[in-house]
Amino acid sequence: MTSDPAPAIRVHNLSKTFRKGFQTTRALDEVSLEIVSGEMVALIGASGSGKSTLMRHISGLMLADKAGDGMIEVLGYPVQEGGRMARGVRLVRGRVGVIFQQFNLVDRLSLMTNVVLGVLGRIPAWRGWFGLFTRDEKLRALEALRRVGIDQYASQRASTLSGGQQQRAAIARALVQGAEVILADEPIASLDPESARRVMENLARINREDGITVVVSLHQVDFATRYCPRTVALRDGQVVYDGPSEALTHEFLRELYGAAGEELILPGPIGGPAPKARSAAHLRPASA
Amino acid sequence: MTVIDNTGSAAQAMPQLQLPERDLKRSLVNLAGWAVALAVLAWAWEGSEMNPLALVQDSANMAEFASGFFPPNFHEWPTMLQEMLVTIQVAIWGTVLAVVCSIPCGILSSKNIVPWWVYQPMRRLMDAARAINEFVFAMLFVVAVGLGPFAGVLALWIHTTGVLAKLFSEAVEAIDPNPVEGIRATGADGIHEVIYGVIPQVLPLWISFSLYRFESNLRSATVIGIVGAGGIGMVLWEFIRGFYYAETAAVMIIIIGTVTVLDMISQVLRERFT
Ligand SMILES: Nc1ncnc2c1ncn2[C@@H]1O[C@H](COP(=O)(O)OP(=O)(O)O)[C@@H](O)[C@H]1O
Ligand SMILES: [Mg+2]
Repeated sequence: MTSDPAPAIRVHNLSKTFRKGFQTTRALDEVSLEIVSGEMVALIGASGSGKSTLMRHISGLMLADKAGDGMIEVLGYPVQEGGRMARGVRLVRGRVGVIFQQFNLVDRLSLMTNVVLGVLGRIPAWRGWFGLFTRDEKLRALEALRRVGIDQYASQRASTLSGGQQQRAAIARALVQGAEVILADEPIASLDPESARRVMENLARINREDGITVVVSLHQVDFATRYCPRTVALRDGQVVYDGPSEALTHEFLRELYGAAGEELILPGPIGGPAPKARSAAHLRPASA
Repeated sequence: MTVIDNTGSAAQAMPQLQLPERDLKRSLVNLAGWAVALAVLAWAWEGSEMNPLALVQDSANMAEFASGFFPPNFHEWPTMLQEMLVTIQVAIWGTVLAVVCSIPCGILSSKNIVPWWVYQPMRRLMDAARAINEFVFAMLFVVAVGLGPFAGVLALWIHTTGVLAKLFSEAVEAIDPNPVEGIRATGADGIHEVIYGVIPQVLPLWISFSLYRFESNLRSATVIGIVGAGGIGMVLWEFIRGFYYAETAAVMIIIIGTVTVLDMISQVLRERFT
């Protein structure tokens, strides 16, 4: 990667070692990575290869090893360096939207409230403490819900919605946040194929229409080839491939991962027509 | 031939079902446990001067004593009801103040929210508030702020804060951390995390605990009057001291009635919240 367009994410020499009793796991091993603003990048790897750990480091939720010169920058701001959180990390967190496998919405709050919470990082703290969100902010939340096709459920509790709908609400929260970078950690791993497709399409669309940089970790390479021009592949905490997703044939995957590669390959093709023909997908009424 | 041989050996390899053997060591430990338990019971029997025979020997006396309670005398019912209401009022304010204080104290006692140098001192403080019975606090506050219901409110407040803060923090420590992380990831601060990530998760439990403590405080409030902290207990104590057993019986009936009704209301509310 040349550093010609501004790098949205810069990870340099990042290592992370987990210690549990006498057992140590090297979850990240000198990972270096650069992602340009506006890219949509897939992060693939078998389970345990370090995808979540890398995402949590980039979003400033976890600290790297103190030893070494591991460093992360997002949108030009330092997130952590040498195992220490940067000072303004909360502001950086505000500009990075995170989507989790388990959605991480608050079950008992309405979809609307969950989504409007996206503004917390950008408004005076006290307004957040007393729940004083402006009409504008609420409209923004509703607008975001409409973009992902679930505005009709705005007043329902998050727990009453399906997994796919909750995940789309999480995307809406990132939109309300005004995130310039979205990190999605296995956002479709607990969804049925149809919901998975819809979530991926929403991510692809905000990447295309809003120019938001999207990094999405995926368990199955077929989704990567379909939605992301570039793929970064991890194995045992190391980057083993970084390049165009098209090159990731099943043969190449077996070469990269051996027998463990099988779990990255879907048994059948992903349903539905190719995504490029579906740019008007958001105009269709969303169903449950 | 080989096929038959194979199945034959497979059947042989199938392990026989076997009950686990009795473990001698474990039986001995079990036996020792029972011996210790019996020894403790015997030891406590001595100290409590347990004397079941007295129940039989003095049965005539007790029957006479009991007959003094009948028929209950409701002559002074307006005072009795008036004081019963005061007791309810004391229980309400004692509980409400405690709930308000238990929210911050409970959160500051939770391992998953604050560092150890915050939750350790806070927990010890709450332990102290809980260890001292409300009856003792009532006696102290009667000296400090004078006779009357306010002393009762203060006593219930302190003791109940100790109890509720512990229950509240146990609920907080059992939450799902994922939604909290979801909120942190938006750039929210620690207070936002608690308000939007923690409290919605624990609220039903907190409400249930608070109502339960209200029931329990109502029972306590009927007693703390005895040390001068106002309410029906004061009346009760006057009657007992003056050997007015028929009136005592009336007061007891009023207490039972009130406590039962409020317990039932509170239970219905609790069920609605969980
Ligand atoms: N909090 C943790 N404590 C100890 N080990 C961890 C922790 N998180 C992850 N690991 C270990 O780090 C490695 C990478 O995990 P993870 O990043 O979750 O992989 P992936 O998301 O690709 O499945 C695994 O071996 C996992 O067991
Ligand atoms: Mg993972």
